Amino acid sequence: MNVTFFIQVLINGIAIGSVYALMAVGYSLVYSIMSFSNFAHGGVIMLGAYIGYYSGALFGLPIWAAILAAMLGCGLIAITIERAAYNPLRKRNAPPLYYIISAMGTSILLENLIVATIGPNFKTYPPLFTERSIEIGKIAIGKLDLLMLVISAVSLFLLVFLIDKTKIGMAIRATAYNLRASSLMGVNPDTVIFIVFGLGGAMAGVAGVLFGMRYVVYPQIGIITNKAFVGAVFGGLGSLPGAIIGSVLLGIIEVMASAYWSSNLQNLIAFVLLIFVLIVRPSGIMGVSTEDKA
Amino acid sequence: MNLSWYYISGILIFAGINLMAVQGLSLLTGFTGLFSFGHAGFMSIGAYTAAIVTSWLGAPFYVSLLSAGLFAGLISLIIGRLTLKLKGDYFVIATLGFGESVRLLFAFLESIGGARGFTIATSAHHTSLFDVVLVNAIGLIVMVNLIHSKHGRNLKAIREEELASRVIGIDVFKYKMSSFFISAFYAGVAGGLFAHYLLFIQPAMFQLIKSTELTIMVIFGGLGSITGSVIGAILLTALPEMLRFLNVWRFVIYGILVILIMILRPKGLMGGQELRLISWTRRLISKRKGGQA
Repeated sequence: MNVTFFIQVLINGIAIGSVYALMAVGYSLVYSIMSFSNFAHGGVIMLGAYIGYYSGALFGLPIWAAILAAMLGCGLIAITIERAAYNPLRKRNAPPLYYIISAMGTSILLENLIVATIGPNFKTYPPLFTERSIEIGKIAIGKLDLLMLVISAVSLFLLVFLIDKTKIGMAIRATAYNLRASSLMGVNPDTVIFIVFGLGGAMAGVAGVLFGMRYVVYPQIGIITNKAFVGAVFGGLGSLPGAIIGSVLLGIIEVMASAYWSSNLQNLIAFVLLIFVLIVRPSGIMGVSTEDKA
Repeated sequence: MNLSWYYISGILIFAGINLMAVQGLSLLTGFTGLFSFGHAGFMSIGAYTAAIVTSWLGAPFYVSLLSAGLFAGLISLIIGRLTLKLKGDYFVIATLGFGESVRLLFAFLESIGGARGFTIATSAHHTSLFDVVLVNAIGLIVMVNLIHSKHGRNLKAIREEELASRVIGIDVFKYKMSSFFISAFYAGVAGGLFAHYLLFIQPAMFQLIKSTELTIMVIFGGLGSITGSVIGAILLTALPEMLRFLNVWRFVIYGILVILIMILRPKGLMGGQELRLISWTRRLISKRKGGQA
């Protein structure tokens, strides 16, 4: 086996996996608090890709500014979605499935809103830097891969730091552990949900720009998040480190499968893995037990 | 506006195909309390089975429908055996994974056309409005009787309180399996009808959004109501056609509508009730039967 090729593929897999992780943390954060899979997340990522595209193509902003704009925009969009589509359900204590359907409705709405306003065409990011690879010894690493890896790692580090070390993070963790008890301790669940959607949205913005740069931007790009969702389940829904580990592993497995086996199988493997994980260990790598009490 | 009969019957056939799948899903979701985001997968299995049975084996249309239902049902037994023990959301996620896997598998299998699709032999029967009405009528009669039987009452008990039903001796797993099987059978037959209406099938026709659409129809009509499901399937199939004047905006409206139903009327149109006319006629029929005896 060719070692340099293997390492190149591995780094490529980690780069893709780290962007999946950016998306997966959004699923996991929301799941940890509200116990439902937020399928509108793909729509938010799609909008992030468009925000990044327009800030680069129209306003000529540098990449860091485009990412910041997408973070801010997507954070606000995610919060707005929560207010409009989930908050009324929360007021009524609706079962999780109603949230999922509402999320799917939102996803249909966002996708077609873009088709109706911007149009269904593919859009390509303007070249933000010369696409060349860096060579370390014999190993050639794409600059874009490296950029994806670094930006994702920094964003994820900041997120984990925020959740683990700050007071806001403690409030989120407490609410995830027990919503009622933490609200009795003076943690306002509305504020926590507000922050969680804002954070998930901001990460989705980064992911949207990175994916837009690597591939192209189109209204259905949100479908990629299905993979991130698999990553989140793989690592254990509701667990932040689980989402990151699961997604990076999924990225590696996918890229390895297409490099050594067949590129047609890349997508199939993700979903077969999903079913396999659910059968063998539904709580994922890091997840807590999901046994119902009754 | 040019409303030709061809156009209207086309919409009705599509409504009937959706209705067939929705009937089964109504049993699973409305009466057993299990949600599935993978029934487009069963539909595609049915569609491919029926297409292969008529095109390669030259079997008659109705035989192909039956084999489509049975094969989808067989797969559902395997999937159900593996995943029906999962709690709550995890079962939904597993069905989602199943639906996507099936689609990607069909796209991968070059012997049945891969992603390019499968064209049904020109000699095969073309689904007519009559076929759709007939199949749905049979399906409805079976379904209504099933729901009003002891079996149906046990399913409702599981939906309302799983633990309590287990305590009074209902084999929860077995009943869930039966619902899953029947719903997959109906979805498979719907797939067969679909394949022979379009005469061309492609994995991309059975995406996650198709499964969601079917579940939305059940919820729109009202969980636990067969008449609700019938109305839901017909209205929601016709709705995008009625909104056609809005062009690309119609799916935006559709999305908004879905959110609004969840927020404003989560019980759906019928809210668990059956249409009065039907219970009224049933009563009339049973009275007459009683009179004769």
